[in-house]
Amino acid sequence: MYELLKKMLAPIGPSGREAMVAKAIQAEIEGWVDTIETDAMGNLIATKQGKGANPRRIMLSAHMDHIGFVVTGYEKEGFLRVTNVGGLSAENCGNVRHVVFENGVEGVLAVEPVKDTPAMKNLFVDIGAENKEEAMKLVQLGDMAVYAPNVVRLGAHRVASPAMDDRCACALLVKLLQSLKDTKDTIIAVFSVQEEVGCRGAQTASFAKAPDIGIALDVTGNGDTPETKLPSLRLGDGIAVKVMDRGSISNPMLRDELLLCGKKAGVKTQREVLPFGATDASAMQLSRGGIPVCTLSIPCRYVHSACEVIDLRDMEAGLQLLLTYLQ
Amino acid sequence: MDLKQLTEINAVSGHEQQMRRALLAELAHCGAQVSMDRMGNVVAVKKGTGVQPKQIMVTAHMDEVGLIVTGYTEEGFLRIVPVGRVDARMIISKRVLVGDELLPGIIGAIAIHLQTAEDRKRVLSYSDIYVDIGAKDKAEAERKAPLGAYIAFDTLYVTFGDDRACGKALDSRTGVWNLLRLLEKDYTNDLTAVFTSQKEVGCRGAKGASFAKEPDMGLVLDGTDANDLGMTDEVQQCCRQGEGVAVSFMDQVSIGDRQLFRQALQAAEEGQIPCQVRQYAGGVNESGDVQRAREGIPTLVLSVPCRYMHSPSTTVKLSDVDAQLALTEKLLMQL
Repeated sequence: MYELLKKMLAPIGPSGREAMVAKAIQAEIEGWVDTIETDAMGNLIATKQGKGANPRRIMLSAHMDHIGFVVTGYEKEGFLRVTNVGGLSAENCGNVRHVVFENGVEGVLAVEPVKDTPAMKNLFVDIGAENKEEAMKLVQLGDMAVYAPNVVRLGAHRVASPAMDDRCACALLVKLLQSLKDTKDTIIAVFSVQEEVGCRGAQTASFAKAPDIGIALDVTGNGDTPETKLPSLRLGDGIAVKVMDRGSISNPMLRDELLLCGKKAGVKTQREVLPFGATDASAMQLSRGGIPVCTLSIPCRYVHSACEVIDLRDMEAGLQLLLTYLQ
Repeated sequence: MDLKQLTEINAVSGHEQQMRRALLAELAHCGAQVSMDRMGNVVAVKKGTGVQPKQIMVTAHMDEVGLIVTGYTEEGFLRIVPVGRVDARMIISKRVLVGDELLPGIIGAIAIHLQTAEDRKRVLSYSDIYVDIGAKDKAEAERKAPLGAYIAFDTLYVTFGDDRACGKALDSRTGVWNLLRLLEKDYTNDLTAVFTSQKEVGCRGAKGASFAKEPDMGLVLDGTDANDLGMTDEVQQCCRQGEGVAVSFMDQVSIGDRQLFRQALQAAEEGQIPCQVRQYAGGVNESGDVQRAREGIPTLVLSVPCRYMHSPSTTVKLSDVDAQLALTEKLLMQL
């Protein structure tokens, strides 16, 4: 799982610019599914036909995009002005970060030394250009930068990296497709786009694929670091089955069925209640006439930071739960 | 119809009948298949002359922000709330037209010299302002302006300065005018021109129109706050009046298709059409609803830089309006 996770964490894919992530994922799933397609929004959709008499259509969604910074202007000294793509603020991005653009240009994200709380307009990126003309040759308006990829192992079971949200779930979904034998039901694995800006890819993908059941795979917060209580989840205590967040209330029967599958598989599960946030489940639930949904969450520390931390055992638990549910 | 006539029609969101009638009359002989849907969108479809035409939907919204009557004071003033986003401070002492009879009215607030120091520091809310239609009492006000009566700004369109125009609703009427002008010509691709309703209250018309028409691509024509007046640092400005049509890479509701964005910039360069990149990642328009209708389509927003949007006096530079038209025409031929 760790080797696959590393591969998934490597490509750059801020919301709206997920092509390189899709390419990496496609390379992993080719041959393991019946069809692979890319839609107008850039969603990568892999389908495994069900062999049963009346196969249900089960959509699993893990998002390829992650948060980033978009270039809105140039200062005459060659610094770039940026704003956030997805849930980043001047406060939570830390004061100096190594960032990298889609085209490979490296930069340092820094904040002006302001007295009060810094805002987005106080951020700038230094790409080593001497002046605006030089900067314009290297980076265009609308180009995006992300925290530079950097995967680090912590102890025996944990991994720190940017983009863990949601590449660890992408890795989980890829591994699932590589592990599944024939299934009764049709599996529609959606590697979605633009979740971080409003679950936009999942909206159009669910409309197109019209599933009967939707399961989102995402990260969630943690309750096991100093002064952090919600959600009350602990790394290493298993895959979290979400009861509700602010985007969707999981269908209770589906939720309980997934918890039961975890038990049958002999893996640890946790119940999650999140008083904020949303996942692709929110878009799937309201598509067309509506469908039952649930989210499986991988507990994660320091979400939306440059060092998001997950526990590989929770990912493994998620894999076993899903294999039990789908086989 | 010209831009002047278009801006002087009152079409506050949800009360766009006058505009619809004018558009349907204007489009009767343009060679397109014209219809109206249940949300009040006016749709004109023109078949393309090309061999494998793509269906390109181009939208411009026909509605404008305004006010609506919610109650009365004992003296006969009208209590109001905004329809769409209207900053209360922008409208004090402005003239308005109330209801379909276009009764003249003035927006008033507690007189400044009667305000306490506290009052002056407070953010002005709609409960502090009212519309005076000169009614002698509450009963007369109720009779002349029933609850739910729509109120539009009373603004005459003028041209001024170096090629500039000032009028109400110019952020969208420029797009409406351009759509009308677009429909006078033929293109290789199919043109589905949609004059949408209720954009200012949540892009409501666009949702149904995109779902129904299932286009291959979407171009949204709108206005954007240039924010190019001297007091804003150049790097924080959104776009500049006089520098052409502003093409968006992103806003609050959509991240534009990057390829379509590049194609638009290239087309502008080839056609020597004044064009700039909109340097702002916020703002709401119909592109979210167009992009994510059904299975999703590539979408791009082309904006006219405006000043004083959502006030009785919005201004534009006319060359920017022509640039928006020219770029849309070129894209309809080459996409």
